[in-house]
Amino acid sequence: MSKPIVSIRNITKRFPGVIAVDDVNFDIMENEFFALLGPSGCGKTTLLRMIAGFETPSEGEIVIDGQDMAMTPPNERPVNMVFQSYAVFPHMTVSQNVAYGLKVTGTPSAEIKTRVSEALEMVQLEHLGGRKPDQLSGGQRQRVALARALVKRPKVLLLDEPLSALDAKLRESMQLELAHLQQSVGITFIIVTHDQDEALSMADRIAVMHQGAVQQIAPPDGLYESPSSRFVADFIGKVNLFDGKVTGNRGKSINVDIAGLGKLSLPFDGPVPNEISLAVRPEKIRLSKQKPSGKGMMASGRVADWAYYGDTSHMYVETKNGLRISVTIQNESRDTVDSVDVGDSVWVTWRAEDTLPLTE
Amino acid sequence: MTDASLRPKSSILRFVTSFGQAPLDYGRRFWLRLMVAVTFVLLYAPIATLIAFSFNDSKRNIVWKGFTLKYYAVAWNNASLVEAFYNSLAIAVMCTILSTIIGSMVALLLWRFQFPGKSAYEGFMTLPIVIPEICMGVAMLAFFARVGWPVGMPWPLNLSAITIAHVAFAFPFVAVVVRSRMAGFNRELEEASKDLGASEWQTFWNVIFPYMKPGIIAGALLAFTLSLDDFVITFFTSGPDTITFPVKVYSLVRRGVSPDINAASTALIVITVVATIFAMKLQAPEKQG
Repeated sequence: MSKPIVSIRNITKRFPGVIAVDDVNFDIMENEFFALLGPSGCGKTTLLRMIAGFETPSEGEIVIDGQDMAMTPPNERPVNMVFQSYAVFPHMTVSQNVAYGLKVTGTPSAEIKTRVSEALEMVQLEHLGGRKPDQLSGGQRQRVALARALVKRPKVLLLDEPLSALDAKLRESMQLELAHLQQSVGITFIIVTHDQDEALSMADRIAVMHQGAVQQIAPPDGLYESPSSRFVADFIGKVNLFDGKVTGNRGKSINVDIAGLGKLSLPFDGPVPNEISLAVRPEKIRLSKQKPSGKGMMASGRVADWAYYGDTSHMYVETKNGLRISVTIQNESRDTVDSVDVGDSVWVTWRAEDTLPLTE
Repeated sequence: MTDASLRPKSSILRFVTSFGQAPLDYGRRFWLRLMVAVTFVLLYAPIATLIAFSFNDSKRNIVWKGFTLKYYAVAWNNASLVEAFYNSLAIAVMCTILSTIIGSMVALLLWRFQFPGKSAYEGFMTLPIVIPEICMGVAMLAFFARVGWPVGMPWPLNLSAITIAHVAFAFPFVAVVVRSRMAGFNRELEEASKDLGASEWQTFWNVIFPYMKPGIIAGALLAFTLSLDDFVITFFTSGPDTITFPVKVYSLVRRGVSPDINAASTALIVITVVATIFAMKLQAPEKQG
């Protein structure tokens, strides 16, 4: 296991009347692509700005590469940032923007020249060095901001919602490009985003934040398939949440009774509560017109609503007991959409092991 | 096809089209055009006449007698008029430098910092813009008399009282112009500069100052033109050996308007207009990509 490059220790940040970041603790490893994910106002940007040095923690310490950063101003930290607005200097050309960070720290001009052209090549802007920022598109300006930060060869690159201003197509290609770039330069990337697709597709590990606290830190698949709380399950992707009563405890597993759906047995560790939440992802649920054979959870109901997304459709099935279950179906053939209609009687079924018990 | 089929069919449409043009199409209406023309003439006819008659070959300057440039030479050879002109220029230059520095610093202070009583401070700072000039003039006269400001110093120190009075009313204009320019500054630019390793001073000179510059230049030109043509405040603070151009013209006009005054005034108009055009060009909003 590689060693931690950034350590966040007991960090709390209070603004008048609010606690923006509440006693946060975690390590970010060398060469990791780390994402801070959460809804707006969850404290993720404040945390990033504390790492960059633009905010001072109320409590706790930030250690970067073994050094406590408490007394280090932003201009002396071994980190660089790509700002949400890109903050490309409007009165300088692309080359001057990229050279700026080297010039102010007294790098010899011959070295500046080679490093600037390397950096521009890295972001495929070598032909636009003489342009002014107002002659560039949004995507190109972002590349300038990226080159300007990377040319400093930081230990950690911070990215504040870097893709939020780009259109959907460009965002998707930049996601891939950023992931490739991170692998090729071998620098730790910390990205702040509210977009779960962005975090899931790029990051090695994701920290989900909510109301100033870190809810869960896990790799993308761990976060999606094994969320630790109702909040995380609900925030990442779509989920059906059911309330269940624990009716039996058999050591390594528990029996749960879901009102209106039936009983099931689930593996479980830790202290057993009386009531429990059960989460099932909509794409794990199968839909059929006839009563399915075999084991697993099943329920019958009527299609109450439906939304078409091209590649998939979301079906909302209402059971007799008033439970609303959302089901994602793949539109596998061109007439899939015609096979089910609002009001139809259908069965839903899923494997018991795709049900996830949540206590928080 | 009959004519009837070409007319608007619904009564609503007929009602709307009966107004002829859209509300903002007023340039096409006769009486509005006339209003514009009258306003234009009333504003510029006196100035045009003044400029035209500076080329008039007549001493009494009432009827047109033919074209000449000789009154420009007369004005140029009028030693006291030229001295007043130089005084005005010297005051304007000193006032511009001082009020640009003070005004820019006030603008930075108001833009950058939060402190108790800030809005009151901002209000007092911009007060000279709205205070009647006559009150400023009397106040300045009383002030300089009270402190016993030295008179009879060598040129250009003898202009210090007028310069101080001009700075007092000109720097708030600079502050307002620079402040409004800074309102559009993206604070992330400053953070980006520091993030890339620049110190506070490097950030100021490399990132903040270039952004301020058009505002500073526009404010400076505003201060220059304000100082150059100020009459009221100058009248109260000038002494017998510190006459400025507008004050001199006023004293000459009392003995009748001669073409050489027209010539000198035309020169002043040209200087002011050129400076103003320059200032407006620089203040024009920048293209945002």
